[in-house]
Amino acid sequence: MTIDRKQAPPIVDAVNFNLSLKPCQQFTLQNGVQVYAVDAGAEEVMLLEWVFFAGNSQEEQNLVAATTNFLLRNGTTKRTAFQINEHFEYYGAYLNRSCYNETATITLHCLTKHVGELLPVVKELITESTMPTEELAIYQQNMKQRLKVNLKKSDFVAGRLIDAYLYGEKHPYGKYSSAEEFDALDRDQLLHFYNQYYTQGRFVLFVAGKLPLNLEPLLNQQFGDLPNQPVEVKQTALQPATEKKARITNDPNGVQGSIRMARPFPNRHHPDFLKVQVLNALFGGFFGSRLMSNIREDKGYTYGIHSFLHNHIQHSAWMVSTEAGKDVCEATIEEVYKEMKGLRDEPVSEEDLLLVRNYLMGSLLGDLDGPFQIIGRWKNIVLHGLTEQYFYHSIQTIKTISAEELQALAQKYLKPEEFFELVVV
Amino acid sequence: MIQYEKFSLSNGLRVIVHQDLSTPLAVMDIMYDVGARDEDPNRTGFAHLFEHLMFGGSVNIPDYDEPLQMAGGENNAYTTNDLTNYYISLPAENLETAFWLESDRMLSLAFGEKSLETQRKVVCEEFKEHYLTKPYGDAWHKMRELAYKVHPYRWMTIGKELSHIETARLEDVKNFFFKHYRPVNAVLVVAGNVTVEKVKALAEKWFGDIPSGEKYVRNLPQEPEQQEARRLEIKANVPLDAFYKTWHIGSRLDQKYYITDLVTDILSGGGSSRLYQSLVKEKKLFSNIDCSHSGSTENGLLSIEGKLVKGVKIEDAEKAVEAELDKIRNELVSESELQKVKNKTESMIAFEDMSVMNRANSLAYYEILGDAAWMNFELQKYGKVTAEDIRRESRAIFREENSNTIYYLAEG
Repeated sequence: MTIDRKQAPPIVDAVNFNLSLKPCQQFTLQNGVQVYAVDAGAEEVMLLEWVFFAGNSQEEQNLVAATTNFLLRNGTTKRTAFQINEHFEYYGAYLNRSCYNETATITLHCLTKHVGELLPVVKELITESTMPTEELAIYQQNMKQRLKVNLKKSDFVAGRLIDAYLYGEKHPYGKYSSAEEFDALDRDQLLHFYNQYYTQGRFVLFVAGKLPLNLEPLLNQQFGDLPNQPVEVKQTALQPATEKKARITNDPNGVQGSIRMARPFPNRHHPDFLKVQVLNALFGGFFGSRLMSNIREDKGYTYGIHSFLHNHIQHSAWMVSTEAGKDVCEATIEEVYKEMKGLRDEPVSEEDLLLVRNYLMGSLLGDLDGPFQIIGRWKNIVLHGLTEQYFYHSIQTIKTISAEELQALAQKYLKPEEFFELVVV
Repeated sequence: MIQYEKFSLSNGLRVIVHQDLSTPLAVMDIMYDVGARDEDPNRTGFAHLFEHLMFGGSVNIPDYDEPLQMAGGENNAYTTNDLTNYYISLPAENLETAFWLESDRMLSLAFGEKSLETQRKVVCEEFKEHYLTKPYGDAWHKMRELAYKVHPYRWMTIGKELSHIETARLEDVKNFFFKHYRPVNAVLVVAGNVTVEKVKALAEKWFGDIPSGEKYVRNLPQEPEQQEARRLEIKANVPLDAFYKTWHIGSRLDQKYYITDLVTDILSGGGSSRLYQSLVKEKKLFSNIDCSHSGSTENGLLSIEGKLVKGVKIEDAEKAVEAELDKIRNELVSESELQKVKNKTESMIAFEDMSVMNRANSLAYYEILGDAAWMNFELQKYGKVTAEDIRRESRAIFREENSNTIYYLAEG
């Protein structure tokens, strides 16, 4: 049998798929805590995530939220940091914590058979953490050292600066750390923050994987009696930089520049958000995008160039990010503007548009594969104050947005004069 | 237990099918038995550069990425010192697109000048991004050169130097391809929402007529046993002193691998691990410290690396590391500590196996190593490790004459 290798096999256009978001079981603990649960998967594993409204928007002094979150695991009235770690590690579990802008989380990955041994200790972290002075001192010292190393990296410096330009140095989305601020941390302040936003504070629980049959009573028993008092997320005014362009030398011997170009963008509730996600894919959102095809695959200026929308709750931004050879940084920026112009001046061809639609649908299909991915979608919907409809609306947008709409959006948002432009070498 | 079926085509291509009907996706993973260790010492970085060129169009298909994206698929690839792996994930309905694309590039590449020219630049930028612009970015280059004098593990996957990549010629590209990228040197895994019958038919249809090629017989110079400790001091514009030390260990295929792996878990890898607890938390000599091993197919390295707390003398830091190694060499690890690292391994494997892509990748890896079936016996092998094994292996590994130490010091 001879085959024609030049002829592509027939495909089903992913754009014709009927994707659905696997439903999420919802229930409320005795104290009103909302639980979202996805029971799925073949492996005997599960994920639990406690989301507190304890992000850096709530702090009165920089780094208090992040430090409190970090030290949750470093000592309780009953156990030392070592004993806490040993407990989770003995059961092969991973206990992590992360601090974001509005929220801060505790995440537990474990084998389902061990969850009963682990939850009481998670509760201990929420109610009986002591934030020992010595643990704080080690944290301060090690974080200052890490910061020193990071400040030698152009990508780290560029990432901090562009956020500060976009949102303002005082805004939760734009502020960054300094050695002095690590030094200024004080244990009492942390304990106060801890008590207000963790022990007393409001939280939401997300659970996924092979779930135990008694999940609800199990969670009620451990977490149903916590105060769960309302928390109002604090608002800070945006204070974007007035100067749009910056060139910074961080390392005189550097061989590459970290380029960041970004403009403010409304949040997920804005009618343009989902549409611009399609335009973004075309612009710099995947390997076949205009930026990647031109600047990496044709010019070879960089190992990779990407554009994306910030996933913040209040305000977003549209960002282009790449590391390019020092001598081709300016040429790279010029090419980015050329690609913007291309999208403003010419409607995208039907073929290119179909490619983006298929790519986005296919990648969505992959993103929905597995319980942890599904709960991640639900978490995004819940925390952004959206509904399930948002998911179907996004699919509808991918399937139906027209070339004319995309061009109009490019004309509205891809204006060079509205972009901050930064190179750090 | 991961179920799969294995068969070979007449050209020697090994095919493994792993069905999982719970996913709407299909995954294709092709692993080629070639890595940076197979390079000419004067043309290092080639296996990895080649991986980039695999996306520059094949003999019948000018553009690899676009048809795949049109089919709703995603792909990527990586190269190590041991092997090269290409993988695709796409809606199961469009599985044949993956067969079409991958078989054409196994048949032959387009070998375009322009593609070579661009990817040379792209890889040079990758080299700069990861190894030249980062503080301590060259530490592992130096360590490999110190620890290996003969074996090709003495260079990194990215290559020894930029000039090797800059001077790569099209002729080298062609020779490399026809030597290594042949059915007889590859394993094809198809997993996800697929049936064995369909994969058999598609494999026969698309890969069946590709010339088998010659089996590549690896004949690499072996590293002689190290006889005395090697040390190197580097001064550079970095903010903190850093400590790197490695010891030679056996190969991935050695049964002692499982013992060594648990040794590294006892020493580091969690908040209750020994090096972290003793040297970061109690003695406050390091701001971070890690212990790992290369996991390489041939004799590898076990390493400890960390950054020192400002003001600590590096000699004192090293002594404290040695004191911890003394303990593991002399005292038997407790049953509960041993159980802890075994439990950790069990859960790590369970989490890894959640993704059909990881399962496909593991099947390909174990098949290249010797037999896909090994994948299902890993946990058992860890289970058999005893406290006495840990002590014996620690004594065998942590000998000063078997070690290589780098003091990476902050200038000024």
